[in-house]
Amino acid sequence: MTNSFREFENNKLIFCIGTNMTEAHPVASYYVKRAVNKGATLIVADPRKHALADKASIFAQIKVGSDVAFLNGIMNVLITEDLYDKKFVEANCEDFEALKAKVLEYPPERASKIARVPADQIREIARTLAVNRPGALCYTLGITEHTCGKNNVMSTANLQMLLGNLGMEGGGVNPLRGQNNVQGACDMGALPNVFHGYQAVTDPAAREKFAKAWNVPSLPDKPGLMIPDMMAKLPSKEVRAFYIFGENLANTDPNIANVEHELSSAEFLVCNDIFMTETTRFAHVIFPSAAWCEDDGTFASSERRVNRVRKIKEPPGQAKPNWWIFKEIAKRMGHEWRSSSSREIWDKEVSPLAAPYTGIKYARIENDGLQWPCPSEEHPGTTFLHKDGKFTRGKGLFQAIEWTPPAEVEDEEYPFVLSTGRRLFHYHSRTQTGRAGMDQKLSEETADICPKDAARLGIANGEYIQVSSRRGSVRVKARVTDQIPLGMVWMAFHFREANANWLTNNVYDPQTKTAEYKACSCKIEKIA
Amino acid sequence: MSKNIFINGKGFSFEGEKTVLEVARENGIYIPSLCYHEKVGPANKCRVCVVEVDGMKDLQTSCSLAAADGMKVGTTTEKVLEAQRMVVNLLLSNGNHNCLSCEANGDCELQDAAYYLGIERPPFVIEEHKEREDSGAFILRDPEKCIQCGRCIEGCNRLVVNEVLDFGYRGGHTEVVWDNDMPLDDSNCVECGECVQMCPVGALIAKKGMGRARRWETKPVRTTCPYCGVGCQLDLHVKDDQIIRVTGTEGAQPNMGHLCVKGRFGYDFIYSDERLTTPLIRENDGFREASWDEALNLVAGKFTQIIEESGPDAIAGVSCARSINEDSYNMQKLFRSVIGTNNIDHCART
Repeated sequence: MTNSFREFENNKLIFCIGTNMTEAHPVASYYVKRAVNKGATLIVADPRKHALADKASIFAQIKVGSDVAFLNGIMNVLITEDLYDKKFVEANCEDFEALKAKVLEYPPERASKIARVPADQIREIARTLAVNRPGALCYTLGITEHTCGKNNVMSTANLQMLLGNLGMEGGGVNPLRGQNNVQGACDMGALPNVFHGYQAVTDPAAREKFAKAWNVPSLPDKPGLMIPDMMAKLPSKEVRAFYIFGENLANTDPNIANVEHELSSAEFLVCNDIFMTETTRFAHVIFPSAAWCEDDGTFASSERRVNRVRKIKEPPGQAKPNWWIFKEIAKRMGHEWRSSSSREIWDKEVSPLAAPYTGIKYARIENDGLQWPCPSEEHPGTTFLHKDGKFTRGKGLFQAIEWTPPAEVEDEEYPFVLSTGRRLFHYHSRTQTGRAGMDQKLSEETADICPKDAARLGIANGEYIQVSSRRGSVRVKARVTDQIPLGMVWMAFHFREANANWLTNNVYDPQTKTAEYKACSCKIEKIA
Repeated sequence: MSKNIFINGKGFSFEGEKTVLEVARENGIYIPSLCYHEKVGPANKCRVCVVEVDGMKDLQTSCSLAAADGMKVGTTTEKVLEAQRMVVNLLLSNGNHNCLSCEANGDCELQDAAYYLGIERPPFVIEEHKEREDSGAFILRDPEKCIQCGRCIEGCNRLVVNEVLDFGYRGGHTEVVWDNDMPLDDSNCVECGECVQMCPVGALIAKKGMGRARRWETKPVRTTCPYCGVGCQLDLHVKDDQIIRVTGTEGAQPNMGHLCVKGRFGYDFIYSDERLTTPLIRENDGFREASWDEALNLVAGKFTQIIEESGPDAIAGVSCARSINEDSYNMQKLFRSVIGTNNIDHCART
């Protein structure tokens, strides 16, 4: 997030697109709802009429996968009606003409046809955004989990730059991160192209710095593989050993049948985990890990805040901290690492070797955490980025972006669109929530469909139906709800049985390799 | 500009707009209060926080009375204590405030008020019996302990804006209800537990901790929630190695004490009997237990062999977006500096 959670409550305007915050980030939604109660304008754009839509001044029920066209349509109005922030654009951005030329191809009438919302609503949203500034834009996986995920993200940035809504409190582009430490895992360089602190592996100076710090002669200069490419190379043995730390890919990745084929092809699969999972079934070696509460450490939240996590008990049996397991493997491959606690790793390696964290030390985050960038030990941390329109690369670069449909769209055989996500009472593949009593609140998966489709097909609420895609088929309980638009089936991936990922499409954004979890085609049938 | 008020004859300075109760609390002066909570402000319901003010005829509720320069306030005059005793006695009589096995014993604002006022036995008779509402997965409501302060309702509607709780019925029959007085489990309540955290007494209780520890036996340990990316701050209330209950850390960034159902009640997976406790090595169709040495040597040996035969890029790894930063840092360090590949990723973009 460019900005911070606590700002939301006092914002003038919040534009939520592709985020069902009430279920996926409940505490963030409290602040959004409080802002509305204090008079803020809330705009919600989503294929589903989820709970936040009830609080919205404007709810645009856009078609799945239409985000770029919808946002281009809004920007078209801002430019043609001369409502955008010319001062901000001229002073802080570049390539405006390229953006303008592209969005002029998306008049509201055209955007309306793609997004399936009225053209006048697109105009109303643009005008509302223009007169209520600054405004914050929030998104979650509704934006990213598409074959055009990167383009969707760029479009949200285009919009906020055009409105001059960056670089101040109450504005920003705010992706709410799904997992407690997905921000941290990125920050720590668990990415194929960067060391921690986003220092590129292709930069010779960065490689030299880390080679020296890690006491090795050289470091690899070629960016590595992303997850889907790693797995795709398992059957051919181009990747022979695969190490999975705490992820349950066999339930959480798209097209489970294919994922399991890939995992079962691995010559040597190593897992660190706290439980046996559907994924560890394919392992050759499983290391038992310390869980939350069994090790000291830090998480980084969506708002770039590095927070402390504390140990209250020993791990069960012989389970060990994960950092220790990696250190022991390194030792057995001839490398002695000095740091022997989380605190030492952070204070002696992570913090001094990356500028954004230089000022963050364990001693400084005993209570509230600090938000990076925090370049010195006197620095208070950064609550919002790009102050005064100063972007990391210099000027904010507008991108001319063309809308593209999802890889698989509805047809005669598979007339429904399947979209997926998380529900309030569970988390991912339930390894945790399934062992914490949450099944009392939600004990099985459902296929959510709208009342009209249910009536047309003669399906009653609670009836078991068959949902099938080109990749698989599941028997699942129908949940009839007016949150869902006509022609959509919505499912989650919390339960092994009827997991949406038996059906989802393993196609990816070409750059980010994010799978299109939000859109594939499917059909539903009554079970005789 | 700094202003002064006098409480029980002693002067205290304060800045800005404050209530008498706030100034008193800041200076360590106890005035019993029940319906007031700093997160929702004065409710003017319970009238237990009354004080006597020079120049004002009636007793004033300190939670809503703005402190003014030169104001003289008495918190312990006989008139004040008598009024407070009456209020607390009436509250004690309206319900069954039996502290013996109450989960809030030792951490109860009604108990504190009764103790301060020297009430040993309420002089009035207990009225009617009310059933516990036990349908919730995680929250128990005991209406006999409810003092109808309304803090749970304010929290539900104004703080987390879930808009489920309200007062139902009238007069002596008033009680806190879910939706239109539905069982909790059938209502729209999502069991975020804000009401439990706001409750000054033992009327709303987290079920998971019941009967497992008195409040004074646990110590709070601050940590960060293991679920979504908001980064809520939690206080784990721990006895020995057991989490007895979880509360949101008041005043902490970013959640200011608020939590959701998973953060507040989803903690006990760590105690599951299904936890992995020993390294495992595949054997035939299953796994056998192994020592750390054997398992680590097997992995290090196999990695070394693959690097020699096929190069470092024949090894790939996925880190964990759930575990701590330091684990991810060490894993990418292993891949880059020891194995010699950048084939390290995690579910970063989903």
